[in-house]
Amino acid sequence: MEQQAVLTYDGTLEGFLCCVFTAFEEKLKVVNISPPGAQVGQQLFTVPREVITEPQKAKRVWTSLKKKALPAGLRDLKWAFLSEVSGMEMHMFSMIRYILAENMPVDRDFSHPAVLNVAQTAKKVGREKHRMEAFVRFRLTKDEVYFAAIEPDFNVLPLIKSHFKNRYADQKWIIYDLKRNFGIAWDLYVVNYITLDLDPAIGISGAPEAYFHSSEIAFQKLWDQYFTSTNIKSRANQKLHVQHLPKRYWKYLTEKNFQK
Amino acid sequence: MDYERIKEKLSILADAAKYDVSCSSSGSKRKNTTKGLGDSSGMGICHSYTEDGRCVSLLKILLTNHCIFDCAYCVTRKSNDIKRAAFKVQEVVDLTIHFYRRNYIEGLFLSSGIFKDADYTMERLIRVAKKLRLEENFNGYIHLKSIPGASDELMREAGLYADRLSVNIEIPTKSGLKLLAPDKNHEDFIKPMEKVKNEIIQYKQESRLIKSTPKYAPAGQSTQMIIGASGESDRDIMYSANFFYKKYNMKRVYYSGYVPVAEDPRLPALNSQVPLLRENRLYQTDWLLRFYGFDIRELLNEQNLNLDLEVDPKLSWALRNRHLFPVNINRVEKQLLLRIPGIGLKSVNKILQARKFRKLNWEHLKNIGIAMNRAKHFITCDSQEFEVKEPSSEYLKNVILKTSSSKFRKEIGTQLSLF
Ligand code: SF4
Repeated sequence: MEQQAVLTYDGTLEGFLCCVFTAFEEKLKVVNISPPGAQVGQQLFTVPREVITEPQKAKRVWTSLKKKALPAGLRDLKWAFLSEVSGMEMHMFSMIRYILAENMPVDRDFSHPAVLNVAQTAKKVGREKHRMEAFVRFRLTKDEVYFAAIEPDFNVLPLIKSHFKNRYADQKWIIYDLKRNFGIAWDLYVVNYITLDLDPAIGISGAPEAYFHSSEIAFQKLWDQYFTSTNIKSRANQKLHVQHLPKRYWKYLTEKNFQK
Repeated sequence: MDYERIKEKLSILADAAKYDVSCSSSGSKRKNTTKGLGDSSGMGICHSYTEDGRCVSLLKILLTNHCIFDCAYCVTRKSNDIKRAAFKVQEVVDLTIHFYRRNYIEGLFLSSGIFKDADYTMERLIRVAKKLRLEENFNGYIHLKSIPGASDELMREAGLYADRLSVNIEIPTKSGLKLLAPDKNHEDFIKPMEKVKNEIIQYKQESRLIKSTPKYAPAGQSTQMIIGASGESDRDIMYSANFFYKKYNMKRVYYSGYVPVAEDPRLPALNSQVPLLRENRLYQTDWLLRFYGFDIRELLNEQNLNLDLEVDPKLSWALRNRHLFPVNINRVEKQLLLRIPGIGLKSVNKILQARKFRKLNWEHLKNIGIAMNRAKHFITCDSQEFEVKEPSSEYLKNVILKTSSSKFRKEIGTQLSLF
C-alpha cells in the first residue's frame, strides 16, 4: 500500500512550497499539510513529518508554477495562503498538482473544485485587504506618528503595505495587527515589520491624552460632524448602509465611535 | 485653527453640498512620484458609507453657500432663509490635508454657490486646488465644480490642478430649466464643458509628442441630472445623458432623485418620496449603454417613454425581443452573452473563461453565480432540461417577478447590485 503522508511546516509560504516539493520528489500520497500547532486529525498509521524549509526548493516549485499559470492564478495561491484558513494547504496542493499536470494553463478553470476554492478564498482575502485600506483610521500620536490598530480576519498586512507606502510617503505611520501581534512601520525610508508592547488603553478609536496629539480629538470631532452633515435623512436606508459597512468593522471608524 | 468655528462652517457647507451625488475618486492615474502626500492611481476607495448607503470617499463641501441665483430646486438659492457661511481658502486646504493624512478620504470635492460672479467664484475654487498641489505637494484626488459661465482662461487653469471637473446640468430639458432656473441659460453650462473637452483632447495629443506634458483633468468630466423635479420622462433624461456622453466625452452622468427642499408650486410637494427606484433603473440603463453595448433607442423610444419599474431594463428589453432567444450559452458570441438577463459583466467573463475547458451545464452556471431565475428562461446549455417553453412575455414576467427576491419590489436599494 502506498504510504500516506502527513506533513508539517514552519507556517511560511516557502515552507509550504517545500512540502509540495517533497511530495513530488518522493511521490508521496499526501493526506494533510499543516503549520505547527494545528489540530491534525488522528491518523492511524501515519506519523507527521516535519519538512524543513529550504528557500531553493520553494523557488523551484514557484518557478515551475510561473511557467504554467497566469499571474492571477499565482496571486490567488498567495492570497489564499494568507487566509490562514485551516485545511487551505490541501486545496492549494491539489490546485498546484492540477496546474503542473496539464499543458495549458488551468489556474482559471473554476469548474475544478480546488481552483474554485482557492479563488474564492483569495477573493475573501482580497475583500479584507480592500476593507483595511478603506477603514484604517490613523490617529496622530504625541511623537508625530500616524498610528492605526486593526484586527483583520486574515493576515493582510503584507498585502496592504505598498498601498500605504505609496500614499503616505511624507508622514511616519504604523499599522498594527493586534490579533497577530505585529505591525508595519514606515519611517520615511522603508517599511519595517515590528512588534510592540502596546498599552491596551491605546485602543482602536478615541484619542487618550497620554498617547495622542492634542489636536487629534479635534479632527475626530470635525470628521464626525462631516459624516453627520453629509447624510441625507430622507434617503435613509439602514439595510444598504450595513451591507456596505458591516457592523464588525465599525470599531475602526472614528465616525461610529465618537463620544458626543 | 478655531475648531469650533470650523465645525460650524463644516456643518453648514457639507449639508449644502450633499445633494451632489458624485463621489467617484477613480480614473485619475496621478501617482505619488515626489514622495509627497497622496496617490490617486488606484481604483478610488470608499472610506465610509452614509446612513443612506452612499459612498463617502471625498470631503464634499461648498466653499460658500452665498449665492446670487435663485434656482428653485436648490437649498442654496438666494430666496431661501438659511444660515450662510464661507470657508477661507486656507481652511479648506487644512481640512483636506488633515483628513487625508488620517485615511478618512481620497481627496476633495469642492463646489460653491455663486458669489459676485462666475469668474470670481471659479478663481477661488482654483486657488484651493493650486495650493494643495503646489504648496502641500498633494497627489490625492481633487474634483472641482466648473461654475457655469466661467471664462475659458479659468477653465483651462482649473484642469491643471483638478483630476475631475463637472458642471451639473441638473434639469434635463431646456423648458424645465427655463421654468426652474430662469436666470441661468443653457449656454452657460455648455461653454465650460466644451472648453474642458477641447483642452483634454489637446493635452492628450501633446502628451503623445512630449512626454512631460502636464496632466489636464485626468479623470475627465462628469455631470448630474435631478430626477423627478420637472416632469421629464426617462427618455428625456437618458437621451440627454447619451448626448453628454457622446458630445462631451463625459466620464459619468449621475442621476439624483429629487429631494424636496422647498415649498414651490413648480416642484413636487415637500413630503413627496425621493424616487429611489426610478433612480436605480436609470443607473442600470446607464450601465447598459456604457458596458453592455446597448443603443439608447433600443431601451427608450416613442413606444417606451419610461422604464419599467418592476423589472430591470435588460430584462424588460429581452421580454420585448423574445425572437432573439433562447441562445446557447456555450456558443453564443460575447456581444449577445452580454444581453442575457441575469448575467452581468463578471459572469460573462467567467463564462468565456470556463467554456474553453468544457461545455457548461446548469450546475456550472449556478456556481459561476448568474441569476438563474431570470437567465434560465433565455438560454440553453449542456443539459437536457430546458426552461424555454415559449410562454407569453407577460406570463414570463410574472413568473420571474414571483421567483425574484423582494429587493426591487420595495422601493429600496439605490447603490445597486446591478443586474
Ligand atoms: S446657482 Fe447653483 S448654488 Fe446657486 S441657487 Fe443655482 S444651483 Fe444653487
